[in-house]
Amino acid sequence: MEAISMWVAAILTLCIYSFLYKDNPFYKFAEHLFVGVAMGYSAVLTFRDGFIPYVWKYLKAGIVGERISYAVVDLWRDTAEVFVLRQTEPERLLVILPTIIGLCFFARFIPRISWLVRYPIAFTLGLGTGIALPLGLQMNIYQQMYGTLSPFGMISKLSPFQIFNAVLMLVGVVCTLTYFFFSAEHRGGIRWVSRIGVIFLMIGFGSAFGNTVMGRVSLLIGRMFFLRDWVNEVIREVSAIFG
Amino acid sequence: MRARIRWAIYLLVFLSVLIPMLTGISFPVGRISESTQAVFDYIESLPEGSVVAISFDYGPSVIPDVQPIAKALIAHCFKRNLKVMGFALWPTGEPLGRRAFEEVAEKMGKVYGEDYVYFGYRAGYSTVMLQMGEDIRKVFEQDYRKTPTDRIPMMKHIRNYKDIDLLVDLAAGDSVETWIVYAYTKFGQKLAAGVTGVIVSQMYPYIQAGQLVGVIPAMRGGAEYEELIDYSKLLGEPGMAKTGMSIQSIVHLLLMILIAIGNLEFVMMRRRR
Repeated sequence: MEAISMWVAAILTLCIYSFLYKDNPFYKFAEHLFVGVAMGYSAVLTFRDGFIPYVWKYLKAGIVGERISYAVVDLWRDTAEVFVLRQTEPERLLVILPTIIGLCFFARFIPRISWLVRYPIAFTLGLGTGIALPLGLQMNIYQQMYGTLSPFGMISKLSPFQIFNAVLMLVGVVCTLTYFFFSAEHRGGIRWVSRIGVIFLMIGFGSAFGNTVMGRVSLLIGRMFFLRDWVNEVIREVSAIFG
Repeated sequence: MRARIRWAIYLLVFLSVLIPMLTGISFPVGRISESTQAVFDYIESLPEGSVVAISFDYGPSVIPDVQPIAKALIAHCFKRNLKVMGFALWPTGEPLGRRAFEEVAEKMGKVYGEDYVYFGYRAGYSTVMLQMGEDIRKVFEQDYRKTPTDRIPMMKHIRNYKDIDLLVDLAAGDSVETWIVYAYTKFGQKLAAGVTGVIVSQMYPYIQAGQLVGVIPAMRGGAEYEELIDYSKLLGEPGMAKTGMSIQSIVHLLLMILIAIGNLEFVMMRRRR
């Protein structure tokens, strides 16, 4: 089984790399297969690990009850008896409310009631924004400001290199923010400051580009290692057949 | 002409990967980056029996970048006799986390349920993160083997973030930011991350602001971590990231030469005009 999966993976890898020549049916096949398998896998896993334990199980417990078994031990007679009962938990039926809201997402597929989709979207947006907004502000504004300014509060304890870093970071933040400041015309001093901001931005983009290249090369190396193992496997199989 | 140059670049990149791979060229890992060292030091500072949680939020397409980090991290925790719990908020991360645990635990003789536990995939993303702060059992009622959480010996005293000493997010997307919002900002959970090369630049502001303990950056970080824990000695196999980074260095050298040639050509073209 492992050998078959290795062959399938190797052939699909070659199909994907065939795109380097030009777009072709083998590449298209592998691409569509990947999207389909990934979606199918995610759907099944979400159903098995999401819907079954957190919706179906609760509904079942609310309607037909949950099977509970317990043992009663009689110490005097040294006997034990196992009792089984079904206990209904009607409060668990409350799960039906979020389930209905969630099911409204599928209304999009039925034109006549497609307007129902607005409710789960509104609910998700409202809830998400309500939770994330204060936390997001704290995470991206206050904490970042603190991180930028806090070294100046203990400047006497810092080494010259750390002081240089702290000043560089502050200058970078101010200049980059000035570049995105559109309430005043970029002339004179503001123009120069925003130009320095552009340099910081370019360095940031360069760093991101470098890391992206590193990431892509890593993927190529990973695939090459896999293909090497596959070729070794093929050689082993061929030599086993022909002695 | 353009097509020929493109093919020449493909060929050069292919050869710069193939030749070192076949010849087995290996370079030593240089200076360990501060962000990787910070994660290592933090785990080293934890007393025996502390709990480390790992979230597997990536997919098979980034295995070379993140999977070596996962294995090295788990091996380090096992070496320090820490308790490790794993789960995935990405469906595609579920089998990868399971495989990483099984491979490392088998080689280091660790017992499932006592030294480590794996919960598999949970849908819900930010909801899972929020509920973990109140009661882990609400989102992880059972592990991937369908054992109820209450019956797992390791989980006896683990109720919420207060009982987790470090949470490491292994990520290929925006999950680190979401963990920072919901776990660090709301509950003060100590966080670290191991990420792909594509998103590593976005992580550094969170380190300097103290929102992340450290970041293990992609294959490079994986190689550094393997070096720090002496991976090959610990698991009896060469580290994938360390082997890959030697090849990576050669490809980077080639790319730098190509970028320099491209820029030179651009300057000469402008002069000719």
